[in-house]
Amino acid sequence: MRYDQARWTQAGDSSEGTADQYEPLLSEKNTETVAVESPLPDDLTRDELELPALEEPQLARHYTRLSQMNYGVDSGPYPLGSCTMKYNPKFTEDVAALGDAAVHPDRSDRSVQGTLGLMAGLQDYLARIGGMDAVSLQPPAGAAGEFTGILVAKAFHEQHGEGETRDEIIVPDSAHGTNFASAALAGYDVVELPSGEDGRVDLEALEAAASERTALFMLTNPNTLGLFERDIEEIAEIIHGAGGLLYYDGANLNALLGRARPGDMGFDIMHYNVHKTFATPHGGGGPGAGPVGVTDELAEFLPAPRVREAGGGGSRGHEGEARGTDGVYELFDPESTVGKVHGFEGNWLVLVKTYAYIARLGDDGLADASAKAVLNANYLASQVDYDVPFEPFHHEFVASAGDQDAADVAKRMLDYGVHPPTTKWPEIVPEALMTEPTEIESKATLDQLAEAFDRVAGEDDETLAEAPNRTTSRRIDQASAARNLRLSWQALDGE
Amino acid sequence: MSGRHETGGRGSPYAPHTAEETAAMLDAVGADDVTELFDIPEPVAFDGEFGIEARSEQAAERHVADLLSRNDDLTEFLGRGHYDHYVPSLVDHLSQRSEFLTSYTQYQPEVTQGFLQALFEYQSMLVELTGLGIVNASMYDHASALAEAALLAARVRATDGDRVLVPDYILDTRRDVLENYTDGAGLAVETYATDDGNVDPDALAETIDDEAVMVYAENPTTLGTVEEHLDAVGDLAEDHDALFCLGSDPVALSVLQEPASVGADVVVGDAATLGLPTAYGMGLGLFACRDDFVRQVPGRLVGAGEDDADRRAYTLTLQTREQHIRRERATSNICTNQAWVALRTAIHAAYLGPDGLVGLANDCVRLADDLASRLDAVAGVQAPVHDRHHVREFVAHTDQPAAAVARDLETEGFAVHAVGEHEIQVCVTDANRHAADELVAAVEEVA
Repeated sequence: MRYDQARWTQAGDSSEGTADQYEPLLSEKNTETVAVESPLPDDLTRDELELPALEEPQLARHYTRLSQMNYGVDSGPYPLGSCTMKYNPKFTEDVAALGDAAVHPDRSDRSVQGTLGLMAGLQDYLARIGGMDAVSLQPPAGAAGEFTGILVAKAFHEQHGEGETRDEIIVPDSAHGTNFASAALAGYDVVELPSGEDGRVDLEALEAAASERTALFMLTNPNTLGLFERDIEEIAEIIHGAGGLLYYDGANLNALLGRARPGDMGFDIMHYNVHKTFATPHGGGGPGAGPVGVTDELAEFLPAPRVREAGGGGSRGHEGEARGTDGVYELFDPESTVGKVHGFEGNWLVLVKTYAYIARLGDDGLADASAKAVLNANYLASQVDYDVPFEPFHHEFVASAGDQDAADVAKRMLDYGVHPPTTKWPEIVPEALMTEPTEIESKATLDQLAEAFDRVAGEDDETLAEAPNRTTSRRIDQASAARNLRLSWQALDGE
Repeated sequence: MSGRHETGGRGSPYAPHTAEETAAMLDAVGADDVTELFDIPEPVAFDGEFGIEARSEQAAERHVADLLSRNDDLTEFLGRGHYDHYVPSLVDHLSQRSEFLTSYTQYQPEVTQGFLQALFEYQSMLVELTGLGIVNASMYDHASALAEAALLAARVRATDGDRVLVPDYILDTRRDVLENYTDGAGLAVETYATDDGNVDPDALAETIDDEAVMVYAENPTTLGTVEEHLDAVGDLAEDHDALFCLGSDPVALSVLQEPASVGADVVVGDAATLGLPTAYGMGLGLFACRDDFVRQVPGRLVGAGEDDADRRAYTLTLQTREQHIRRERATSNICTNQAWVALRTAIHAAYLGPDGLVGLANDCVRLADDLASRLDAVAGVQAPVHDRHHVREFVAHTDQPAAAVARDLETEGFAVHAVGEHEIQVCVTDANRHAADELVAAVEEVA
């Protein structure tokens, strides 16, 4: 594949050598300062405001050009391991934009039966898919889901008089960084579990780590190497035997749809990354959503409110607020709720897209997505020259760049018109290239991807170090950007 | 076109494999069937069904539209942390460009300069509005940004302390998020009394001590009032080495006192007041702070730098603060954030420009003032309850029980907040001003 990414440069100002940079149209050079006149008294207002002042056609071009200097799933293959960069169906954008979806969160239950009905339906879909009994849609991202799950575990242990004593969370060394950070945020000591030689959980090490101090064990399955934790029943037994709970990080759920469910494996709590598994767009970093599913035993601790069919008991009891309960669906506060993890009900528009995707695919489509995701990863791995030390992997594999620097390999792959894999992680594989093509790529595209891998594998270090050459920017000096911090136009002033 | 695109039910419509390709790929990996590629022990394998029906795109779209159409078509006069302003069409069309929407976090900056520059522009515009040097590339919402501010305060403070002071008018839900986030760090959230919808500096002076790590106030407040004692809050916070965190939003900030000028160390809020229409509470966590805290900031930061050809280039920076590198010692657990909403906010702000923003904010002041006066003229209603200036919203007293008034208004096609036994709250902006006459008429009917 031949590829040259757009690079817009500033026209008409080449005398200072600035023609090589796209000096933002919205920079301080295009701002206007207005004196603030207001009906408010002067001492309560600011004096002036300086912001860009451009007309609509110029703005349309500005953002169109910026988009041309950006690479998304619709631009080309995006096999970023652990991120599940699927195609985002366009119709889900349309349903999220429906006027009926634009409601305020403080509406009475009876007046938003459509919203509550969709939420009830999504809670149900996710419960079935994960094998869980109850679901909260409130966490606005995967990490927020982890934090919510940890709060639920904490509340459970507190109810059993073990809130103080169970002060540790066990996390495998190959886990996502958010697991460690979420545990620390909730005030827990993190016990890092070294992986076994086969890349999976080492049962002996887990036995040694699990104790009366264990609140939770957080596990990704398949793990970040793409390996299914075959000993999951023993793992559950060890953790439950020690009185702890088992948490499923849903980042890799796209490997298992219709084949296995966290609830059936003994997990007590899980989060779903809907922006991964259920194809809601990543939007350059978000928004996502991280719904949390739990077993019956833990349902009473989920965040408030949840949705249910009306007349099911329990109370909402928001002091002073008149919320109706005479619709088919109603909001309610779980009996021993941990409270709120988002100011309102989470990333609603993302939830609408999630529901629409699941309603489109159904059982067959979801199962096929996982089947093809796993087939694609296996096929691609079979076609690349790099060594893949751990198998059998599922929806993703981790190749080793060997003597090459994985970060350089990634930069060089950009020149071949593909987005590179996640690099240098998990650390158990030297110079890791963590690759997840997802189900959306055809055999022909996978062949192109493999060709990109293999061409880079055959190139020398110097070529790699000079890459990329065909992208908007050449290699960016990260260290210097961090040393000489410029985080706004104001900081660039005079440059 | 294969049948699955029309009817669903025959695999994923977004997996492009033909039967021949699937066979060739299986052959290449030495498997007879895809099932062989799954290494799942039999006892935990799932052989049941979800019972979810597959649909064509048309049927799925109609299904969701039908479901959502059960929402009543009410004209909302609702605010209290989630606001509606007209969002120009340009914002939808440009933010929906695939290259933006379908991209990931900019871990390969050379190929994602466009989004990075847009986020840099978002940061810059909010630096101007807040007067603070650092704006991150987003938190989830106002509540989580407030919580992260308290955690930042605990980290940067020279001496120990565990009190986080919040005004008594704070939303219960916002406070609840704050408590959940700060409990693990051992912080205690405590309320200080306010007076007529504003900080009471004397009451705050009595509450604050050297154990306070942060004082939080809002402008405009959750009650819609403009805060008149920000200088006093800033001074009290400084006297006790506590951070002053101010809650606001980019529309209001266009005319209200610049936060930095009154001593605010951190500004949080919902920046999606620009960029997103009403979205059932989905927002964009604004997080701005002073330059000195840059190494303790939560979330992503976009910085300007140079590439190998010495050209301006943008990149995520100071990533060593973040969870994927620092793990349990990260400044926050946040990874996926609200970047795409920040893009929308930037486009909306750029569209309005300084004149448009000031005009919009002033409209919100005039509209609230005008509607309050008109409701005050209705028998059985006194508005506003607070003798202050207002932005967008205000509290009104109703002689009738507020819950009944709200319920009766709903029957008339309007939604307002019932916030007390005899108090409703009404929010008016450019988005619903066209229905203000009808609301007044309806209140005359029911109050």
